[in-house]
Amino acid sequence: MSETKKTYWKGLAQLKNDPNYVKHADKEFVDLAVAEDPGHSRRDFLKMMGFSVAAASLAACEAPIRKAIPYVMKPVDADPGIPNYYASSYVNGGDYCSIVVKVRDGRPIKIEGNSLSSVTLGGTSAQVEASVLSLYDNYRLRGPKKGETSTDWETIDKEITTKLAEIAGKGGAIRIVSNTVLSPSTLATIAKFKEKYPTTEHIQYDQVSAYGILKANEESFGASIIPSYDFSKAKTIVSINADFLGTWISPIEFTKQYAITREVSEDRREMSRHFQFESNLSLTGANADYRTPIRPSQEGLVVVQLYNLIAAKAGKGNLSASIDKVEHLEKAANELWENKGSSLVVSGSNDKAVQVVVNAINELLGNYGVTINRELPVNFRKGNDEAMLAFVNEAKEGKIGGVIFYNCNPVYDHPMGEELGAALKNIALSVSTSYTPDETASASAYMAPDHHYLESWNDFEPKENTFSLSQPAISPIFKTRQAQESFSIWAGGSNEDYFSVVQANWKNWFYDKKDGLDFQAFWDKALYDGVFTAPSEEIKISAFAANLEAAASSISSNYKASSNSDELVIFEGYGVGNGSQANNPLLQELPDPITKAVWDHYVTISQKDAKKWGITNDAEGFTQHLTLTVKNKSITLPALIQPGQAEGTLGVALGYGRTKVGAVAENIGVNVYPLVSLLNGSLNYSASEVKVEKASKEFQLAQTQIHQTYMGRESVIQEATLAEFKENPKAGRDEPKITQWDDHVDASSLSLWKGYDYNNHHWGMAIDLNTCTGCGSCVVACNVENNVAIVGKDEVVRRREMHWLRIDRYYSSPEGTAINDYDGLEKAAENPEVTFQPMLCQHCNNASCETVCPVAATTHSTEGLNQMTYNRCIGTRYCANNCPYKVRRFNWFKYHDNQKFYQSNPAMNTDLGRMVLNPEVTVRSRGVMEKCSFCVQRIQAGKLNAKRERRPVKDGEVVTACQASCTSGAIVFGDMNNPESRISKLLKIDNTKVIKKEDGTEETVFNYSFDKKIGNPRAYRVLEEVGVKPNIFYLTKIRNKDKAKENA
Amino acid sequence: MMNEKISGLLKFHLLALLVLSSFISFSQDISKDAAVIKAGEDLFNGNCKSCHRVKQKLVGPALAGVYDRAPSIDWIKGWVRNSAKVIASGDKYGVALYNEYNKSQMTAFTSYTDDQIMSILAYVKAEADKPDAPAPGTQVAGGNAGGQSGIPSQYLDVILGGMFLILVLMLVILALITTALKKYLNEKKELSEEDREVVNSPYTVGSVVRSPGFIFIVVFVVAAISFKTVIDGLYSIGIQQGYQPKQPIAFSHKLHAGAYEINCKYCHTGAMKGKQANIPSPNICMNCHSQIKQESPEIQKIYAAIGYDVKTASYTGKQKPIEWVRIHNLPDLAYFNHSQHVNVGGIECQTCHGPIEEMEVVKQYSLLTMGWCIDCHRKTNVNNEGNAYYDKLMQVHQASNGKNSKMKVEDIGGLECSKCHY
Repeated sequence: MSETKKTYWKGLAQLKNDPNYVKHADKEFVDLAVAEDPGHSRRDFLKMMGFSVAAASLAACEAPIRKAIPYVMKPVDADPGIPNYYASSYVNGGDYCSIVVKVRDGRPIKIEGNSLSSVTLGGTSAQVEASVLSLYDNYRLRGPKKGETSTDWETIDKEITTKLAEIAGKGGAIRIVSNTVLSPSTLATIAKFKEKYPTTEHIQYDQVSAYGILKANEESFGASIIPSYDFSKAKTIVSINADFLGTWISPIEFTKQYAITREVSEDRREMSRHFQFESNLSLTGANADYRTPIRPSQEGLVVVQLYNLIAAKAGKGNLSASIDKVEHLEKAANELWENKGSSLVVSGSNDKAVQVVVNAINELLGNYGVTINRELPVNFRKGNDEAMLAFVNEAKEGKIGGVIFYNCNPVYDHPMGEELGAALKNIALSVSTSYTPDETASASAYMAPDHHYLESWNDFEPKENTFSLSQPAISPIFKTRQAQESFSIWAGGSNEDYFSVVQANWKNWFYDKKDGLDFQAFWDKALYDGVFTAPSEEIKISAFAANLEAAASSISSNYKASSNSDELVIFEGYGVGNGSQANNPLLQELPDPITKAVWDHYVTISQKDAKKWGITNDAEGFTQHLTLTVKNKSITLPALIQPGQAEGTLGVALGYGRTKVGAVAENIGVNVYPLVSLLNGSLNYSASEVKVEKASKEFQLAQTQIHQTYMGRESVIQEATLAEFKENPKAGRDEPKITQWDDHVDASSLSLWKGYDYNNHHWGMAIDLNTCTGCGSCVVACNVENNVAIVGKDEVVRRREMHWLRIDRYYSSPEGTAINDYDGLEKAAENPEVTFQPMLCQHCNNASCETVCPVAATTHSTEGLNQMTYNRCIGTRYCANNCPYKVRRFNWFKYHDNQKFYQSNPAMNTDLGRMVLNPEVTVRSRGVMEKCSFCVQRIQAGKLNAKRERRPVKDGEVVTACQASCTSGAIVFGDMNNPESRISKLLKIDNTKVIKKEDGTEETVFNYSFDKKIGNPRAYRVLEEVGVKPNIFYLTKIRNKDKAKENA
Repeated sequence: MMNEKISGLLKFHLLALLVLSSFISFSQDISKDAAVIKAGEDLFNGNCKSCHRVKQKLVGPALAGVYDRAPSIDWIKGWVRNSAKVIASGDKYGVALYNEYNKSQMTAFTSYTDDQIMSILAYVKAEADKPDAPAPGTQVAGGNAGGQSGIPSQYLDVILGGMFLILVLMLVILALITTALKKYLNEKKELSEEDREVVNSPYTVGSVVRSPGFIFIVVFVVAAISFKTVIDGLYSIGIQQGYQPKQPIAFSHKLHAGAYEINCKYCHTGAMKGKQANIPSPNICMNCHSQIKQESPEIQKIYAAIGYDVKTASYTGKQKPIEWVRIHNLPDLAYFNHSQHVNVGGIECQTCHGPIEEMEVVKQYSLLTMGWCIDCHRKTNVNNEGNAYYDKLMQVHQASNGKNSKMKVEDIGGLECSKCHY
């Protein structure tokens, strides 16, 4: 049926045809044995029923008195029921995103990207979207604490100031430890603190460090900077272990740029080619055109080899380090050379030597000034690994008098955290400003909690001369205090509020009278926009001048071309990331884009190694534990067999194993920061000589991908190579035909239904499989916007996750890969191609769910929406059974107001958490079906806005939550009845039809019918042959490969 | 700082236009065009009426003749746009006016165009020139006196009751007469057998009552009635029509909306722009009540809430929100937006809230059930006049339903589930 003839598979269980998988494949829910509860008989049940009916009807007789409490003095711009939007900035350590916060009735409820920002360009990530819930984290500190006891600010200010003066008087060392600080005003405040206490030093470190890049650039160009990268100008992209779409340096910005190069159409039949060399299958690797699994111990040599290949073309000498043939490396080198000046080589390595060679490659290719801009450095990673290590050692030796941890948690997230934690007991003064009592705060003597970022004033400089502001979107919920004010008070300065400080700084630094604005107008504009670009000064960067030979010799001594030992790769995951937001259930329940696992910490291994160690994964996620020993430290984690994992490597994510974190993340996984080692003066996130042993314990992982299948239908993913697409834009399309007695006809031309005319709007969506990177920010955005319940691991294992929008991840093996035997399986799983497909309610015009609902709870609207009415639903689940896309989710429990879900779903079970709920969307109760509504609340709001202004709806006025969050712009939503809308143009919708008049003449009229002629050759409907005619179209996946048959 | 804030809040409209003497008349500039007067009326009702009347002194002066007594029309324009500026400039007339009205400041309408101010004056002049009619306040105060004709309902009940009693008495008397007659006839010996049978008919009342057929009918009727009552009762669960709780402050809509004709949207600021109509915040009350009826115990409650000290005319900062009892309680699963109905649909508040201007204490006037909503959506025409949003829809509708056909809310998806439930 499918033209590509590839084998698509969702997981190894499907590939293997696991009998257990086959048995459950067509079922939405598995029949899990439910233990009979002997304590309750049928009679008890009836008694309870009788009583509760009586009680309920009695209770219903008297309506409770409800109060309505208006403002006492209503602020001019705050109207109950009308949301306000404030530009602000999300900052978590060095991670940055310019945002717009939606505030309803004084509560921030949603975060969206700020399109005015030149850095993040309106994009967001899953972590940014989820961060609104961390504002309402029940684990937050309610006020300052001394040890375990709550106290007030005056007391601790007095004690801290006295102690600081004592330490400074004795000449004792004072340290302020933080992650990367992006804020110039904060740095100014710290500088003032230093003036008062001259023995103070400010130490910045990063959980996932880029110190190697800083040092390499210092060596290469004499400036310790990280340059800006511009992927949008790159025709050939080579990445060696840099997960630039997921976690590396500035992933939101890079995703936006990368997506520009991946957009293809009939008019633009070209795209970038992306080579990835990596150990784990990362998000970036999953999007690459050519991916080669390598071991971390080969990384340096691969880079040197690439240099040598290019140097040969450039007529330069070889470097003395070598590795045998690496698949696709020569091809990559050739194409880099062909696209000199519009290519880009990046490496995720934190080894200075490797980065120096990478710089040399980019220098040879002439990429500086085009795809890499040294004159516009970024500040996202300023951490100094050596200074931080020196600090920990000093602390251990008792040389530190006092330390203030400014919003960082080194006791957890530094390799020597445990030693630091122990050393803190002997330090005269230790203060933490973290807003939760985390590992470091608990080990410190004083907790002086800072506001959450949504409660704070601040300014940031993510890139040189590119500034942004953050403003409070809610007044502080607890008795916390802005950390900068604390610093100022402890330094004996005025207790002026930090807002005035920031404002005064901006007046001094940026305000220019020449612009003709008074300062207030300048400030108001900057605050309204959230961003401000200062005129840049000429930065002089010297030419490349690093000792390449030294770097090469360092590489040849530290890396090995081949090795028999097992190696560990430590990486930052896409959900909980570096662990600072571990207590956020939205992130814990976000399926990992690749493994699709939730709520768990695991070690990823290759299929070959699994066989070696006797590990099996089955369709229900059952697996075994592995114990890894690096030097003398061991960890035990469940194993997950990951297709694409380089043989002999094991991947483990950071961010788990937190001990002081709150109810959500308690007891999940182990902390792997202690396994991070040191190489060339910076932190090294891999380890060789790992001893691996199978532990006897069984474990069940919760994975979402295996939960739905399409019953063997193959037209779900449609793809082609760029070469095929260039010849025929319809390449890869599957156009199902149905055989009639005399003819083959298009499956879409036959229908049992009469169809509809949509006289007003006809809402539709297009999803480009080529630009979707699978990052998952849409999933979190949808959860937050639509009050989707988080259900916890146990329920996910029972296939009861509630996500309205999921991202299906398909592996595919080239045609002809036999997977009948174990060797074939290993081959297929060695390095598969990956396709991501966001799957949500398709809003079918001939919806099969509507026809089977016995109570008409799901119906069709005059605007093409498939409506779901919760208060009418009686929970027969016929609709879900009849849905070909398996996108309807059933509420098995009352997830809100249910103490059983207190741990996993605090957003609905605590008074604090409930403040995040969107008041425009009903919180669904037990026993009803729910699904994507196309954000009908936003459609209605957009329409009403237009009606109030007495005009038609403008395109772009109604934006769904998933579309707004999609950094790569893969999701386009709009009115297909509006010929000027983006979706009409993208899909090339022909909105006319010819009708015959009575007098025989023909007339062309506007076609209001649901069935529109789609002109875009890439656009297809999933499962077209079923004939349900969805309003969601997918655009084919195009891979920039020479041949389809080539292995990935 | 606080005082500045307060003076900002205590703003009064067109306050100081009353003046001792002014002989120059500017009134010839004022338009008599009906359209201008109508535009002025809308502006006046929406913005001025809470403090000004044409012929009556309220918070601010009566406006009749203002165009003759003020120094100039331009002066009026300046005053309306920013009276504080006029006072600050030391304008004699303005300062005198300011002092006369207890130094309460009129709200500044900075965005008003000349035409808008002139249209208000046109309306004021048109009203002032009308012959005196009984003031609306007195009419309402007069109560029902001349309003209704016929017998009042309470008398009707008494009369009906009386008539029922007479009927029962008549029945008893008739029964007594029949018994007496029967007894008399039975004692008579000359009656024939046939006559005797007629007299002692077996179909007595008693026997009919005891017959199975009768019992069945009675049982059936009683069962049916009780069943109906129970079903009706169940349907009425959660319906609070007529709900009229006691509120913490005895605010009278009859007085404010009725007698003083203050526009609903002056206080319920959200009705035109958002989901909620908004229960007014006390600072809106203070626009007038910082001056009016300071001594009333109910007004004192507002002062307590907003923290206002009457003696010093200043705010103390001690605030305590007023806890009104919510009357209209839609279930959470139903979405309702005031602006859609009031602004876009152009529906009067009274359509759903009833004769609010006659209510001393507000009660829930409408059923607020889904059936009630749907019923209105079936009957109501879409208010598409001058709203480009509906242009295309109207075209398509009239193309298939005839040129003059009206478009009901129902016709454009007004009965669909996801219009109210999501």
